[in-house]
Amino acid sequence: MIPDEEPVTLAEAPARPMTMIEAINDALDIMLERDSDVVMLGQDIGYFGGVFRATAGLQQKYGKTRVFDTPINECGIIGVAVGMGAYGLRPVPEIQFADYIYPGLDQLISEAARLRYRSAGEFVAPITVRSPFGGGIFGGQTHSQSPEALFTHVAGLKTVVPSTPHDAKGLLIAAIEDNDPVIFFEPKRIYNGPFDGYYDRPTKPWKDHADARVPEGYYSIPLGTARLVREGSALTVLAYGTMVHVAEAVCCEKGVDAEIIDLRTLVPLDIEAVEKSVEKTGRCLVVHEATRTSGFGAELAALVQERCFYHLEAPVERVTGFDTPYPHSLEWAYFPGPIRVGEGIDRLMEA
Amino acid sequence: MTDRQDNAGRNSPRLSLHVPEPRFRPGDTVDFSHIAVTEAGAQPRPDEACEASETWPLCDDLIRVLGDDDHAHGPWNPRLSADKLRELLRLMALTRTFDNRMYRAQRQGKTSFYLKSSGEEATSVCAAQALDFDDMIFPSYRQQGCMIARGYPIVEMVNQIYSNRADRLKGRQLPILYSARSVNFFTISGNLGTQLPQATGFAMASAMKHDSRIAASWVGEGASAEGDFHAALTFAAVYNAPVVFNVVNNQWAISSFSGLAGGERSTFAARAVGYGIAGLRVDGNDALAVYAAERWAADRARSNKGPTLIEFFTYRAEGHSTSDDPNAYRAKESEAWPLGDPILRLRDHLIAIREWSEERHAEMDRELDEEVREAQREAEKNGILGHGLHHPFHTMFEDVFEELPWHLEEQAAQAIRERQIKWPE
Repeated sequence: MIPDEEPVTLAEAPARPMTMIEAINDALDIMLERDSDVVMLGQDIGYFGGVFRATAGLQQKYGKTRVFDTPINECGIIGVAVGMGAYGLRPVPEIQFADYIYPGLDQLISEAARLRYRSAGEFVAPITVRSPFGGGIFGGQTHSQSPEALFTHVAGLKTVVPSTPHDAKGLLIAAIEDNDPVIFFEPKRIYNGPFDGYYDRPTKPWKDHADARVPEGYYSIPLGTARLVREGSALTVLAYGTMVHVAEAVCCEKGVDAEIIDLRTLVPLDIEAVEKSVEKTGRCLVVHEATRTSGFGAELAALVQERCFYHLEAPVERVTGFDTPYPHSLEWAYFPGPIRVGEGIDRLMEA
Repeated sequence: MTDRQDNAGRNSPRLSLHVPEPRFRPGDTVDFSHIAVTEAGAQPRPDEACEASETWPLCDDLIRVLGDDDHAHGPWNPRLSADKLRELLRLMALTRTFDNRMYRAQRQGKTSFYLKSSGEEATSVCAAQALDFDDMIFPSYRQQGCMIARGYPIVEMVNQIYSNRADRLKGRQLPILYSARSVNFFTISGNLGTQLPQATGFAMASAMKHDSRIAASWVGEGASAEGDFHAALTFAAVYNAPVVFNVVNNQWAISSFSGLAGGERSTFAARAVGYGIAGLRVDGNDALAVYAAERWAADRARSNKGPTLIEFFTYRAEGHSTSDDPNAYRAKESEAWPLGDPILRLRDHLIAIREWSEERHAEMDRELDEEVREAQREAEKNGILGHGLHHPFHTMFEDVFEELPWHLEEQAAQAIRERQIKWPE
């Protein structure tokens, strides 16, 4: 400890550009270093470093009992993580694709989410389930889904979706340190660049993006705090993950003075940030990539109308994926891209 | 859908679906002569550090110690002191006395639900006694004997069953779904089989930390059909986890006999073979065989030789729970069960070795009855289910998360407002 050193803010801290994958890897590295109770398990995450390279080099650095491969059994991956948590570890299981998390649902919904409650605090499940999610990589039905609403519906689970390398690192560290089970969905389309929805334009790398400047060392972003992406007065856009970038690009293209809020954490939700913005703009667009019916957008729309009704000048608008399985060849027809988002904005502004 | 008629040209029978059916249904005469009751003491006892495959013949055998002559036989005899035998007897008898009293309490309307372990007391009491106290128990729902064996206060158990003011689980859990960290007894789920991979994970964590604690888990033969069972045994085998899996084969899962869990084709212990781990099949009504087998598996796990699957072959002597009437689906099998009653068999053994008597047994039963009644009286001072609101409404919202988020704060305020409307004073 250096007592005469002035504390620096996160913005002032030394930083370097990273992709989201590098930022996640950095967060995992830091937590393995800081806390000997942190362990990672999942398919192909050990020697190989994960199919998306999120755990690259970590087994080599921390050893096989800290970062290790598992059988192809999601029930087992999450179930043993719950048991490790009961022992006192802080496991970070990876489910290789969110589409494959369903065999582990009972262990998440009936076990991890309820241990604290049903044992009145005798046992807890301080686990962070990392899983790549979302489409846009031609993954077809089984590598594209966004099942966040299944988890936000469960009492006792926290659900986090980062949209930038900077946030991915800070949120992941906060999730791992959290004593409740956290579902940490990583939008795989933006692992390596900030995809704005214009799939027919050249891809962009993270290195030129302001939010790709990732502070070095340890920091955390409290769960339950939204990020104001840009200020505006004409409407509020509530988004998370990949769709933050899509919404931002469309608002720029259209020249609409939108206020964009990146929710970052769906449960617990930063309701104050939502209310404050909608009360200011009077119009609200809710955007997500997941299927529409009973999606998290429905919850957001209900909250906004319950709490901000007398400030609203137009019905809350939802832009989402369609209620179909994620199609392979028609991926871009499914994806809520610039046209669908643009129409949503138009309807809101014309109302 | 129309039946296909075009099987012509194939010289093979039509397919037919097999739906297992138990041997006996209500009204049938019960004959258990098909169950091979092995000779006590005749089963070999491999070294705890043996290759897993050395145990596999035992998966189709039945390890027994207490013979028809009421004496202990063979290499599995754990050679316990008379004091230890009397302790096991007392703990099993306490479990049964407790079960009978709580069953009656439910019938008297003092709680919503109860579930006895009659006839299976050895599989929990004697197995738990064979473990170290700090080994973590991952129970199913019929292991009250494990808590009693570890000295958990029965008044606390009654408080939980009554969901009363003193219930440490704040009235949140169905009666008997205990949690007792103080005696290293994991919170009971109620979702079946989920404890198995958790036990594996606990054991893996203990091994990662070079600890000496192991995990032991219990599951019924019915719930061994769950995917969690496969997950648990696969992970345990892959990582050589120090964990013991106890399959309590009590023949019945509510109304479904063990054949519906695959028991027609092989023993449950024999599943160990497929995973390449040690397996033992044990007379679950033989207190000494249960103790010896669990101790063998625990010692094996503790010396880094990996997991063991034990099948305790026993019988659910009564209904599944207070919500069940077994007369609707099974014959009067209980009296015909060829492996007897675990408490009576241990009692008779103690008498045979001149360390016990009918009179002392009757005296013990009287004491236990008074002990349980006293605990019940004590617990009833804290209230019974349905008589008064024992827990502040706010407690409903606590422990969902470590800290109360805004939406639960709001919902808690609503619940408290409703309470004030219904009970203004």
